[in-house]
Amino acid sequence: MSDLLLPPEHRYAKIIESRRNEDGSELSILNLGPTHPATHGIFQNILLMDGERILDAEPTVGYIHRAFEKIAENRAFYQINVLTDRMNYCSSPINNMAWWMTVEKLLKIEVPKRAQYLRVIVMELARIADHIICNSILGVDTGAYTGFLYVFQFREKIYEIYEEICGARLTTNMGRIGGFERDWSEEAFRKLNIFLEEFPVAWKEFENLFERNRIFIDRTVNVGPITAERAMEYGFTGPNLRAAGIDYDVRKAAPYSSYDDFDFEIPVGQSGDTYDRFCVRNAEVWESLSIIRQALAKLPEGPHHADVPDYYLPPKDEVYNNMESLIYHFKIVMGEVPVPVEEIYHAVEGGNGELGFYLIADGSRTPYRLKFRRPCYIYYQAYPEMIKGAMLSDAIVILSSLNVIAGELDA
Amino acid sequence: MAIETVHIQEKVTGQFGAHVRCFEMQRDIFSFEADASVIHEVIRFLKEDEELNFHFLTDLAGVHYPDNDDDHQFAVVYQLHNWVENTRIRVRTYLNQDPEVATITDLFLCANWMEREAYDFYGINFQGHPQLKRILNMDEMVSFPMRKEFPMEDSGRTDKDDRFFGRTPANC
Repeated sequence: MSDLLLPPEHRYAKIIESRRNEDGSELSILNLGPTHPATHGIFQNILLMDGERILDAEPTVGYIHRAFEKIAENRAFYQINVLTDRMNYCSSPINNMAWWMTVEKLLKIEVPKRAQYLRVIVMELARIADHIICNSILGVDTGAYTGFLYVFQFREKIYEIYEEICGARLTTNMGRIGGFERDWSEEAFRKLNIFLEEFPVAWKEFENLFERNRIFIDRTVNVGPITAERAMEYGFTGPNLRAAGIDYDVRKAAPYSSYDDFDFEIPVGQSGDTYDRFCVRNAEVWESLSIIRQALAKLPEGPHHADVPDYYLPPKDEVYNNMESLIYHFKIVMGEVPVPVEEIYHAVEGGNGELGFYLIADGSRTPYRLKFRRPCYIYYQAYPEMIKGAMLSDAIVILSSLNVIAGELDA
Repeated sequence: MAIETVHIQEKVTGQFGAHVRCFEMQRDIFSFEADASVIHEVIRFLKEDEELNFHFLTDLAGVHYPDNDDDHQFAVVYQLHNWVENTRIRVRTYLNQDPEVATITDLFLCANWMEREAYDFYGINFQGHPQLKRILNMDEMVSFPMRKEFPMEDSGRTDKDDRFFGRTPANC
């Protein structure tokens, strides 16, 4: 059977050749993916199995590689935003805001407080949406469909808020250099307030269904554990790292967009197993809700974007009726704006960890080099090690709990 | 909180002398340049020195500079982070047209795929890497697509000419 899947010089072939079990049974090879319905994305793993136990795994990545870094080198700064939200499409506003903040850092633009607070609100909403998906799908993978049904409609509510803010739902392309393209409508705040009222009830119910659930605990405790040292070696960041017990969070370590104005905790786990990852994400949702409430309560009045006509596209009616605006519009679109020659690294706490943009600007309208630090890509390396010795069904659960997003993995 | 940059510079120059240069603050990150021959030892020193303790490899990026002289055609940029002191550092090493540099997978496990990515897109050979093969592109590919000479799309297209959008040989 192995001949069909792998060339004879593959390392698995030698292992299978050299090892026979006492009862005469052989090791086998299982091709998990690339389009397996249980893997929620295009992930291929060639597994070496002894019965139902995994001995080794070889991941293949790159199935949806779209060369974003190459495309970014050929696009003006304001056009790159649409690439970023196609990376982690479960929390695209975080990617969008992270990109604008990188450009603003490069151009030394000070964003008004109101825009910063609005950004915090939408980023935390995105984090909640991300964690809703991860945790409820983890439930589905362990056979608990009910929890998913309870909370998944709230992702829809979050998407409706996105819609009010920017008009799009999944790939949001939200914001501009210097702030937002328009101030949030009353409808957006109304929907947000309804969400803040209704969602905690559902999330509490969701937690109650899982956290002390015997079946869920049996399926997740001690499944795919990773120690803090090992997680650090493998470049883990975000909830997966915090589940292993390290309280590194970019929002605290290098506060951006006024995160230091808010009071919030960093939940940490202990053993770094699937259950801890689940609990850390649950707790983070409560912290995110608290941040949103604080930001709403303290939301200052004022402009929703910085006064930077060199970079901020003017409203259309002004372009048509006002000469200065027309000139600025023309200059921005034609790429005749001053850009410093500098190297910038800006990181934010994305849904899965430290999302960083390393930008080398050479003074032209496009980046000379733009490197995305994609947390998924870096920690997915640990997956073969984490599933070694686990059952096949555990491998699926571990993959879900790591929240590997194919778009971010392959960029 | 953060380690004094002067102190980092003193320690690194004390250890590596003329092999390291160009110490500067690039906005909020202290950075310097190291010779490719010592880069592995520099990273090891930054990681293992008790005071510096840059224990986390944030990112590793390849860069192509076709307009530079022959010894500065490629660069590998390492970004390290000390979580205890919350200090970041950026180390850059330049490579020639036939880019080869020692791997740091023995120091950081996560460098494995990062280096494979740099190999895949720039053709930088990381010597001593356990499994240096393409990762995001298909194995059969022969070119290195992030090099500047690799065109992004079919050069026969006229509808997307960058010259019409402000980019000229003078400003790119």
